[in-house]
Amino acid sequence: MQELTCKELVELVTAYFEDALPADERLRFERHVSVCPGCSAYMEQMRQTITLVGELREQDVSPTAEQQLLQAFRGWKRDET
Amino acid sequence: MRLVEQYQAAMVRLAQVYVRDRAVAEEVAQDAWVAVLKSLRQFEGRSSFKTWLFHILVNAARTRSQRERRSVPFSALASDDEGVLGDEPSVAPERFRPADAPYAGGWGALPQLWDALPEASADNRETRERIAAAIERLPASQQSVIRLRDIEGYSADDVCKMLDISEGNQRVLLHRARSRVRQALESYFAED
Repeated sequence: MQELTCKELVELVTAYFEDALPADERLRFERHVSVCPGCSAYMEQMRQTITLVGELREQDVSPTAEQQLLQAFRGWKRDET
Repeated sequence: MRLVEQYQAAMVRLAQVYVRDRAVAEEVAQDAWVAVLKSLRQFEGRSSFKTWLFHILVNAARTRSQRERRSVPFSALASDDEGVLGDEPSVAPERFRPADAPYAGGWGALPQLWDALPEASADNRETRERIAAAIERLPASQQSVIRLRDIEGYSADDVCKMLDISEGNQRVLLHRARSRVRQALESYFAED
Protein backbone atom coordinates (compact mmCIF):
# COMPACT_ATOMS: atom_id res chain seq x y z
CA MET A 1 0.00 0.00 0.00
CA GLN A 2 1.36 3.37 -1.04
CA GLU A 3 2.57 5.71 1.66
CA LEU A 4 0.62 8.86 2.45
CA THR A 5 2.20 12.22 1.71
CA CYS A 6 1.92 15.00 4.28
CA LYS A 7 -0.25 16.93 1.87
CA GLU A 8 -2.69 13.99 1.74
CA LEU A 9 -2.54 13.34 5.45
CA VAL A 10 -3.71 16.79 6.53
CA GLU A 11 -6.95 16.18 4.63
CA LEU A 12 -7.64 13.09 6.76
CA VAL A 13 -7.08 14.51 10.23
CA THR A 14 -10.73 15.13 11.12
CA ALA A 15 -11.78 11.72 9.83
CA TYR A 16 -9.04 10.24 12.01
CA PHE A 17 -10.21 12.10 15.14
CA GLU A 18 -13.78 11.01 14.39
CA ASP A 19 -12.67 7.40 14.12
CA ALA A 20 -14.07 7.33 10.60
CA LEU A 21 -11.08 5.98 8.71
CA PRO A 22 -11.22 2.37 7.54
CA ALA A 23 -8.75 0.16 9.43
CA ASP A 24 -6.08 -0.01 6.74
CA GLU A 25 -6.14 3.72 6.15
CA ARG A 26 -5.91 4.37 9.87
CA LEU A 27 -2.78 2.24 10.02
CA ARG A 28 -1.23 4.13 7.12
CA PHE A 29 -2.10 7.39 8.86
CA GLU A 30 -0.61 6.37 12.21
CA ARG A 31 2.49 4.96 10.61
CA HIS A 32 3.13 8.21 8.78
CA VAL A 33 2.57 10.39 11.85
CA SER A 34 4.90 8.24 13.96
CA VAL A 35 7.83 9.05 11.66
CA CYS A 36 6.90 12.59 10.56
CA PRO A 37 7.58 15.50 12.94
CA GLY A 38 5.75 17.92 10.61
CA CYS A 39 2.49 15.99 10.65
CA SER A 40 2.88 15.20 14.33
CA ALA A 41 3.13 18.94 15.05
CA TYR A 42 0.20 19.65 12.73
CA MET A 43 -2.02 17.17 14.56
CA GLU A 44 -1.05 18.77 17.85
CA GLN A 45 -2.03 22.15 16.41
CA MET A 46 -5.41 20.76 15.38
CA ARG A 47 -5.96 19.26 18.84
CA GLN A 48 -5.13 22.57 20.45
CA THR A 49 -7.37 24.42 18.03
CA ILE A 50 -10.29 22.18 19.00
CA THR A 51 -9.55 22.67 22.71
CA LEU A 52 -9.28 26.46 22.38
CA VAL A 53 -12.50 26.66 20.37
CA GLY A 54 -14.21 24.65 23.08
CA GLU A 55 -13.19 27.16 25.70
CA LEU A 56 -14.90 30.15 24.07
CA ARG A 57 -17.44 31.64 26.40
CA GLU A 58 -20.98 32.23 25.22
CA GLN A 59 -22.32 35.75 25.38
CA ASP A 60 -25.00 36.45 27.95
CA VAL A 61 -28.66 36.77 27.02
CA SER A 62 -29.67 40.40 26.62
CA PRO A 63 -32.20 41.48 29.33
CA THR A 64 -34.82 42.67 26.81
CA ALA A 65 -34.89 39.39 24.95
CA GLU A 66 -35.33 37.43 28.17
CA GLN A 67 -38.28 39.64 29.17
CA GLN A 68 -39.97 39.09 25.81
CA LEU A 69 -39.42 35.38 26.13
CA LEU A 70 -40.94 35.27 29.61
CA GLN A 71 -44.00 37.11 28.31
CA ALA A 72 -44.39 34.67 25.45
CA PHE A 73 -44.19 31.83 27.98
CA ARG A 74 -46.81 33.33 30.26
CA GLY A 75 -49.09 33.89 27.29
CA TRP A 76 -48.74 30.25 26.31
CA LYS A 77 -49.36 29.00 29.84
CA ARG A 78 -52.47 31.13 30.10
CA ASP A 79 -53.82 29.80 26.80
CA GLU A 80 -53.17 26.23 27.84
CA THR A 81 -55.09 26.36 31.14
CA MET B 1 -37.47 28.78 33.07
CA ARG B 2 -34.17 27.11 33.66
CA LEU B 3 -34.69 25.25 30.40
CA VAL B 4 -34.88 28.56 28.57
CA GLU B 5 -31.82 30.02 30.27
CA GLN B 6 -29.87 26.90 29.53
CA TYR B 7 -30.45 27.03 25.79
CA GLN B 8 -31.18 30.66 25.00
CA ALA B 9 -27.63 31.95 24.57
CA ALA B 10 -26.65 29.04 22.34
CA MET B 11 -29.82 29.41 20.28
CA VAL B 12 -29.31 33.12 19.69
CA ARG B 13 -25.69 32.54 18.78
CA LEU B 14 -26.59 29.78 16.35
CA ALA B 15 -29.38 31.85 14.78
CA GLN B 16 -26.82 34.61 14.27
CA VAL B 17 -24.85 32.32 12.01
CA TYR B 18 -27.71 32.62 9.53
CA VAL B 19 -29.15 36.08 10.19
CA ARG B 20 -26.11 38.01 11.51
CA ASP B 21 -28.12 40.76 13.23
CA ARG B 22 -28.42 39.99 16.94
CA ALA B 23 -31.88 41.51 17.37
CA VAL B 24 -33.20 39.45 14.46
CA ALA B 25 -31.47 36.36 15.91
CA GLU B 26 -33.27 36.94 19.22
CA GLU B 27 -36.57 37.11 17.34
CA VAL B 28 -35.76 33.86 15.57
CA ALA B 29 -34.98 32.19 18.90
CA GLN B 30 -38.27 33.42 20.28
CA ASP B 31 -40.14 32.13 17.20
CA ALA B 32 -38.46 28.77 17.71
CA TRP B 33 -39.60 28.61 21.35
CA VAL B 34 -43.17 29.39 20.32
CA ALA B 35 -43.01 26.69 17.62
CA VAL B 36 -41.65 24.25 20.19
CA LEU B 37 -44.42 24.98 22.69
CA LYS B 38 -47.09 24.67 20.03
CA SER B 39 -45.86 21.29 18.85
CA LEU B 40 -44.77 19.90 22.21
CA ARG B 41 -47.53 17.30 22.02
CA GLN B 42 -46.11 16.08 18.69
CA PHE B 43 -42.67 15.58 20.16
CA GLU B 44 -42.68 11.83 20.43
CA GLY B 45 -39.26 11.49 21.98
CA ARG B 46 -37.74 10.01 18.83
CA SER B 47 -34.72 12.21 19.28
CA SER B 48 -33.55 14.12 22.33
CA PHE B 49 -35.34 17.33 23.22
CA LYS B 50 -32.18 19.33 22.55
CA THR B 51 -31.79 17.90 19.05
CA TRP B 52 -35.41 18.62 18.23
CA LEU B 53 -35.20 22.15 19.65
CA PHE B 54 -32.13 23.03 17.62
CA HIS B 55 -33.58 21.48 14.49
CA ILE B 56 -36.57 23.81 14.83
CA LEU B 57 -34.26 26.73 15.56
CA VAL B 58 -32.07 26.11 12.51
CA ASN B 59 -35.10 25.83 10.21
CA ALA B 60 -36.51 29.06 11.61
CA ALA B 61 -33.15 30.79 11.13
CA ARG B 62 -32.73 29.54 7.57
CA THR B 63 -36.26 30.61 6.64
CA ARG B 64 -35.77 34.02 8.17
CA SER B 65 -32.41 34.44 6.46
CA GLN B 66 -33.99 33.69 3.07
CA ARG B 67 -36.69 36.26 3.77
CA GLU B 68 -34.10 38.87 4.77
CA ARG B 69 -32.07 38.09 1.68
CA ARG B 70 -34.91 39.03 -0.63
CA SER B 71 -35.03 42.52 0.81
CA VAL B 72 -31.29 43.17 0.81
CA PRO B 73 -29.10 43.78 -2.26
CA PHE B 74 -27.57 40.48 -3.31
CA SER B 75 -24.00 41.75 -3.28
CA ALA B 76 -24.21 42.61 0.41
CA LEU B 77 -24.63 39.01 1.51
CA ALA B 78 -22.25 36.09 1.60
CA SER B 79 -23.58 32.86 0.20
CA ASP B 80 -23.90 30.10 2.74
CA ASP B 81 -23.47 27.49 0.03
CA GLU B 82 -19.72 28.01 0.13
CA GLY B 83 -19.44 25.63 3.02
CA VAL B 84 -19.36 22.41 1.15
CA LEU B 85 -19.08 23.05 -2.59
CA GLY B 86 -15.83 22.69 -4.45
CA ASP B 87 -12.31 22.10 -3.27
CA GLU B 88 -10.87 23.63 -0.17
CA PRO B 89 -7.38 22.45 0.77
CA SER B 90 -6.93 22.31 4.54
CA VAL B 91 -3.49 23.84 4.28
CA ALA B 92 -2.20 26.25 1.63
CA PRO B 93 -0.63 24.10 -1.13
CA GLU B 94 2.58 26.14 -1.10
CA ARG B 95 3.36 24.78 2.38
CA PHE B 96 4.24 21.46 0.73
CA ARG B 97 7.03 20.47 -1.62
CA PRO B 98 5.95 20.47 -5.27
CA ALA B 99 5.12 17.29 -7.20
CA ASP B 100 8.35 17.31 -9.23
CA ALA B 101 10.67 17.92 -6.27
CA PRO B 102 12.29 15.41 -3.90
CA TYR B 103 9.96 14.48 -0.99
CA ALA B 104 7.01 15.62 -3.10
CA GLY B 105 3.99 16.41 -0.94
CA GLY B 106 6.11 16.71 2.19
CA TRP B 107 6.15 19.74 4.45
CA GLY B 108 8.32 22.67 3.39
CA ALA B 109 8.64 24.69 6.61
CA LEU B 110 7.50 22.47 9.49
CA PRO B 111 4.45 23.46 11.55
CA GLN B 112 5.49 24.81 14.94
CA LEU B 113 4.58 23.43 18.33
CA TRP B 114 2.47 25.95 20.21
CA ASP B 115 3.10 24.54 23.68
CA ALA B 116 5.81 27.03 24.55
CA LEU B 117 3.71 30.02 23.51
CA PRO B 118 1.96 31.94 26.30
CA GLU B 119 -0.60 33.22 23.76
CA ALA B 120 -1.76 29.69 23.03
CA SER B 121 -4.11 29.65 25.98
CA ALA B 122 -7.82 30.32 26.37
CA ASP B 123 -6.92 32.70 29.20
CA ASN B 124 -5.41 35.00 26.63
CA ARG B 125 -8.11 37.46 25.59
CA GLU B 126 -6.63 38.29 22.20
CA THR B 127 -6.44 34.61 21.35
CA ARG B 128 -10.12 34.17 22.20
CA GLU B 129 -10.98 37.21 20.09
CA ARG B 130 -9.01 35.87 17.13
CA ILE B 131 -10.75 32.52 17.38
CA ALA B 132 -14.17 34.16 17.66
CA ALA B 133 -13.41 36.35 14.65
CA ALA B 134 -12.20 33.37 12.62
CA ILE B 135 -15.38 31.47 13.45
CA GLU B 136 -17.56 34.43 12.54
CA ARG B 137 -15.89 34.63 9.13
CA LEU B 138 -16.82 31.05 8.30
CA PRO B 139 -19.59 30.31 5.81
CA ALA B 140 -22.86 29.60 7.64
CA SER B 141 -22.80 25.84 7.12
CA GLN B 142 -19.23 25.46 8.41
CA GLN B 143 -19.87 27.85 11.26
CA SER B 144 -22.95 26.07 12.54
CA VAL B 145 -21.18 22.71 12.54
CA ILE B 146 -18.12 23.90 14.46
CA ARG B 147 -20.32 25.75 16.96
CA LEU B 148 -22.56 22.76 17.59
CA ARG B 149 -19.72 20.20 17.69
CA ASP B 150 -16.80 22.00 19.30
CA ILE B 151 -18.44 24.75 21.37
CA GLU B 152 -21.79 23.21 22.32
CA GLY B 153 -20.38 19.67 22.38
CA TYR B 154 -23.16 17.88 20.51
CA SER B 155 -22.43 14.55 18.88
CA ALA B 156 -21.95 14.12 15.13
CA ASP B 157 -25.22 12.23 15.01
CA ASP B 158 -27.15 15.00 16.78
CA VAL B 159 -25.66 17.68 14.56
CA CYS B 160 -26.64 15.80 11.40
CA LYS B 161 -30.22 15.72 12.69
CA MET B 162 -30.22 19.37 13.73
CA LEU B 163 -28.89 20.59 10.40
CA ASP B 164 -30.45 17.92 8.17
CA ILE B 165 -27.15 16.88 6.62
CA SER B 166 -25.41 13.57 5.96
CA GLU B 167 -22.58 12.25 8.12
CA GLY B 168 -20.10 12.75 5.28
CA ASN B 169 -21.25 16.30 4.73
CA GLN B 170 -20.99 17.08 8.42
CA ARG B 171 -17.44 15.79 8.54
CA VAL B 172 -16.34 17.84 5.54
CA LEU B 173 -17.84 20.99 7.05
CA LEU B 174 -16.23 20.33 10.43
CA HIS B 175 -12.90 19.64 8.81
CA ARG B 176 -12.95 22.82 6.76
CA ALA B 177 -14.08 24.95 9.68
CA ARG B 178 -11.38 23.62 12.00
CA SER B 179 -8.73 23.97 9.30
CA ARG B 180 -9.59 27.62 8.78
CA VAL B 181 -9.50 28.34 12.49
CA ARG B 182 -6.17 26.55 12.83
CA GLN B 183 -4.81 28.65 9.98
CA ALA B 184 -6.01 31.85 11.65
CA LEU B 185 -4.31 30.85 14.89
CA GLU B 186 -1.10 29.90 13.11
CA SER B 187 -1.01 33.31 11.40
CA TYR B 188 -1.69 35.07 14.70
CA PHE B 189 1.03 33.20 16.58
CA ALA B 190 3.48 33.94 13.79
CA GLU B 191 2.99 37.69 14.20
CA ASP B 192 5.64 39.56 16.10
